[in-house]
Amino acid sequence: PFAPLSTIQDKLSRLALFFSREDFQRIGELAVNPLGDRIINAFFPDDKQSLDFRSFIRILACFRPTVKDKYADPNAAEPINSRSNKLRFAFQLYDQDRDGIISRGELIQVLRMMLEAQVTEDQLESITDRTIQEADLDGDGAISFEEFRKSLENINLEHKMSIRFLQ
Amino acid sequence: MYSRFCLLSLLLGCLIQLSLCSDTAVSVQGEQDHEQGNTTAKGRSGESRNKSSKAFPVVTVDFAHVRSPFVVALWILLASVLKLGFHFFPKLSSVVPESCLLVCVGLIVGGLLKTVGETPPILRADVFFFYLLPPIILDAGYFLPVRPFTENLGTILCFAVIGTLWNAAFVGVGLYAVCQIKGSGLEKITLLPNLLFGSIISAVDPVAVLAVFEEIHINELLHILVFGESLLNDAVTVVLYHLLEEYSYAPHIGAKEVILGILSFFVVALGGIFVGVFYGIIAAFTSRFTSRLRVIEPLFVFLYSYMAYLCSEIFHLSGIMALIACGVVMRPYVEANISHKSHTTIKYFLKMWSSVSETLIFIFLGVSTLAGEHHWDWIFISCTLIFCLIGRILGVLGLTFILNKFRIVKLTPKDQFIISYGGLRGAIAFSLGYLLNEKFPRILFLTAIITIIFFTVFVQGMTIRPLVELLAVKKKQDSRRSINEEIHTQFLDHLLTGIEDVCGHYGHHHWKDKLNRFNKKYIKKCLITGERSKEPQLIAFYHKMEMKNAIEMVASGGLPKFPSSVSMQTPRRRSTLSERLLPTLTKEREEEVRKILRENLQKTRQRLRSYNRHTLIADPYEDQWKQMLLKRQRLRSTDQRVSVLLTVPTSGRESPPGMKSGIESDTMYFEPRDPASDMPMITIDLATPPSKESTDTQNKDGEDKGIVFAANESGSPSQRVQRFLSDPGPDHESDDHLQS
Repeated sequence: PFAPLSTIQDKLSRLALFFSREDFQRIGELAVNPLGDRIINAFFPDDKQSLDFRSFIRILACFRPTVKDKYADPNAAEPINSRSNKLRFAFQLYDQDRDGIISRGELIQVLRMMLEAQVTEDQLESITDRTIQEADLDGDGAISFEEFRKSLENINLEHKMSIRFLQ
Repeated sequence: MYSRFCLLSLLLGCLIQLSLCSDTAVSVQGEQDHEQGNTTAKGRSGESRNKSSKAFPVVTVDFAHVRSPFVVALWILLASVLKLGFHFFPKLSSVVPESCLLVCVGLIVGGLLKTVGETPPILRADVFFFYLLPPIILDAGYFLPVRPFTENLGTILCFAVIGTLWNAAFVGVGLYAVCQIKGSGLEKITLLPNLLFGSIISAVDPVAVLAVFEEIHINELLHILVFGESLLNDAVTVVLYHLLEEYSYAPHIGAKEVILGILSFFVVALGGIFVGVFYGIIAAFTSRFTSRLRVIEPLFVFLYSYMAYLCSEIFHLSGIMALIACGVVMRPYVEANISHKSHTTIKYFLKMWSSVSETLIFIFLGVSTLAGEHHWDWIFISCTLIFCLIGRILGVLGLTFILNKFRIVKLTPKDQFIISYGGLRGAIAFSLGYLLNEKFPRILFLTAIITIIFFTVFVQGMTIRPLVELLAVKKKQDSRRSINEEIHTQFLDHLLTGIEDVCGHYGHHHWKDKLNRFNKKYIKKCLITGERSKEPQLIAFYHKMEMKNAIEMVASGGLPKFPSSVSMQTPRRRSTLSERLLPTLTKEREEEVRKILRENLQKTRQRLRSYNRHTLIADPYEDQWKQMLLKRQRLRSTDQRVSVLLTVPTSGRESPPGMKSGIESDTMYFEPRDPASDMPMITIDLATPPSKESTDTQNKDGEDKGIVFAANESGSPSQRVQRFLSDPGPDHESDDHLQS
């Protein structure tokens, strides 16, 4: 498991130009992670086969801890690690077809991946229905980004979606 | 008004009784042996006399032999009636926290007892540490919110260890400096007794913190920081206390003693945790086998925790940490194994005991103030107060400054103020002071401790609530956890673990994930019965939620009720859904239903069989009612497509493992309803759970069968059960169900 990590670190240190999908797929822990495939897809959007350093860093920057800057210019562009952008990143992982809403099918897929075949189809469906029913405010049977944001408003996202060492 | 008057008279009655029996207690106390001799002699002679001339005494008064339990029971009764009484004066209880009122009452009772002319009882240290403190700590530990606790563990440990050490040193050295001032009359108190006093007074007290913070409802982060600190500083207090007591009059302190002290700290803290974890695992393992005898399940939880506490006290380890560790370790496994009723029992017993303990502690604090002697020294006590306050503020400020460099969510100055203001001292300090050896200026120390405790409880306790309002500190969010939050939190956990793996950085999430995997693979298999060991956390959560909803729905009269705090439905949507859910019956169906109900309801309720201590039997009336409900449901479901039933798997009898939950049907749920009202009803099917270890005995006893969401065993296709609150989307979905 150390070999693929060192490949990445190697490439990082040499500022090698590109990562490929194989580099990521060789990370052992990612293979065990139920969301492993989706995370790799997040780094390689639109079937890209190679990832340059800038894009890699841009995605990782999303996970920097948020710093509340009182003196920030309100007209400046939103920083990458703002709460909103973190939410957007998570939302995109759910929403694979990029239509801006998490449909029932997409939610079922995610639940199936997370629960790893220990549940029956009916349980999955009832949980999905319940989830959508709770979050759905405009009655369209799917979760839009705004509804997603609202359902997570009680969670301390700045804490949950930050990796300390990226500070 | 009338109820208040009754309560007051009840109160007065208790007080009078108490003073009376204490009176007789005292008069008996001194001469008990003599009297006993007398009574037996009298008895014998009385007997002989009886035989000769006296009539048999029809009414006798013999108080002496019930005195102890009587007095104890009376005290507890007094405490509880008082607690009840406070809530009748809402204006008073919103301004003054309960703890203050209880201390005042203690003062009043102590005063009364003193005027009657005898010594009121003092809060004895062994009674406090063995009987009054454990329930409160166990209640706190068992219901500790583990997630925020572990997230902030670093901060909490810093405050507990470094903060307490700093406080003790600051107060001790400060007081030593004051004592050295010529003319204060305190030169005899050298450095080490001062340090000992500092260590006693510097510990934040969990009882006081709980009592005050419970009522102000601040946000979770602050609550867990102060409360966690008060729990974990016990190890520091124990070590410092024993160390300084050992060495206080030793000639000199060298490096060896300091090293031994540090070592002792690790032994005490880690040893306490180890003992707690050990007993927690045994308790979890025992609960695996309790499915045959559900009545004593709560007892195991209490006993194992108490044993953990006592065991750690044998070795002078930290008993509080043992209790907390035991509760935290035991809880997830025990809750998966025990029945729902046992869970409720545990919850309510713990709350009840801890509530009574807390009340008694505060009352006794008040009584003990008037009971002991006092040595009031203006300089010493006022300096103690000042040093305590300043020390706490400086400590919190300094530590937060350092900690904010490492924390992701920084602590604002408002937070820091609340943390430093919430450093309340309480009865633990008093008991530790009481245990001091006579070679220390014990009475002076006790007076100072009591003064500090009074100050924190009264002044800080009363003012913290308006201060919280004034500073607009974030309050606790009242909402229940929604399933959305649960799903997304797990999702984010996985996501963050993945990202950490990509970075190659073994952070927080990585280790948590590893622990979860280890837990799932090995530990759950050992400690949880049968099928439930494989149930993923999400499913368990979902079922708990559905159950709560079902109970609410039945209790509220059958109308569909979405989780109020969680649902973000607009009113418009709610009304359309509820319209859709109300079933429609044709006239003749209605008549049939009415007839069936009338027939069945006219049977008078049979008497419950005689109560057997070993089993809990279901009410036989309930079985009939359930069958009738089933019949009714079948009739109705032939007519409409949307009915309100809880989700069921259409895979027939074999319900998936996660579906077992141990609710017994309470008679409350089966009140006869007006059959004409078209209210949706829940069918609760009692079926045997698929637990391997208990299939034989289950049927006979009628015990704890649990609610199983099983499909109706009806054959006709039109009675296929519909989904609860199904997605009213495309029609083909419901068609699927009819055909599957």
